[in-house]
Amino acid sequence: MPNFYGKEINSRLMLGTAQYPSPAILADAFRRSGAGIATVSVRREAGGDKAGQAFWDLIKELDVALLPNTAGCHSVREAVTTAHMARELFETPWIKLEVIGHSDTLQPDVFGLVEAARILSEDGFQVFPYCTEDLVLCDKLLDAGCQVLMPWGAPIGTGLGLNNIYGLRSLRAHFPEVPLVVDAGLGVPSQAAQAIELGYDAVLLNTAVAKAGDPAAMAEGFALAVQAGALAQQADPMEPRDMAAPSTPVIGKAFLE
Amino acid sequence: MKIIVNGEKVEVKASTLADVLDELGHGGAKVATAVNEEFVPATLRATHDLDAGDRVEIVAPRQGG
Repeated sequence: MPNFYGKEINSRLMLGTAQYPSPAILADAFRRSGAGIATVSVRREAGGDKAGQAFWDLIKELDVALLPNTAGCHSVREAVTTAHMARELFETPWIKLEVIGHSDTLQPDVFGLVEAARILSEDGFQVFPYCTEDLVLCDKLLDAGCQVLMPWGAPIGTGLGLNNIYGLRSLRAHFPEVPLVVDAGLGVPSQAAQAIELGYDAVLLNTAVAKAGDPAAMAEGFALAVQAGALAQQADPMEPRDMAAPSTPVIGKAFLE
Repeated sequence: MKIIVNGEKVEVKASTLADVLDELGHGGAKVATAVNEEFVPATLRATHDLDAGDRVEIVAPRQGG
């Protein structure tokens, strides 16, 4: 099971809390997912609104570790300030660091990401960077103090799955000791199983569950998929080959013209 | 004095960040704050004096992905 900054998590599934049809469905989806970590955010609050308190009460009931994000931040300064506010609100040094560089693809600004990761790591944060699968970038994030990497599978909310399997596999091979999470882009459970089969420690998703017709059922589907992927990965899969090889013994076959 | 709270112009009587939060109905609420893009911890709100035109952000826990 994954270990992030010394904390053992009893699930390979990390689940977002946004976009559910209702708080009750959110809670049901979390129960059936078995997720050990919930992502959350901070947003403006009007006086007397108390929406933040209601959400805080709901997520405390989930009994999972909280991973606040800096979603929507486009600059280093904005991300750093948001991280500080999140640390105080959620009472955790964990931060899912997003520095968005492109509004259509929500692709990370990798240069800002490294800078923000360094500032926050030096300030005692435990940074989970939402990054791409670029090897050099990931190396620099580790240098900046990150002890977890979270490359995207595909752009946030697209459900396209793992767009660059070669890149993800390379990252796993180059950083065998670093906890790796596929964050974003997953649409269906088979893609989550594939990420875990590649040796990834966990997957993080939100839209695929929250926007499914039956979010709780989809959450359970993802839970089973990551278990299947982990079993397969531990079971040492066969090597693929180009030529066919009969699985049924050839010797002893009846000789019939 | 006039300050900007969450992007809106607001007239307030109080002068410290803590008192402004009370005045705007956030007393005791689970919120975090920033002034002019810099984080202000809860422990420093009572001693943080605001000036006219300051930009105050007040945020709370929300759903996120």
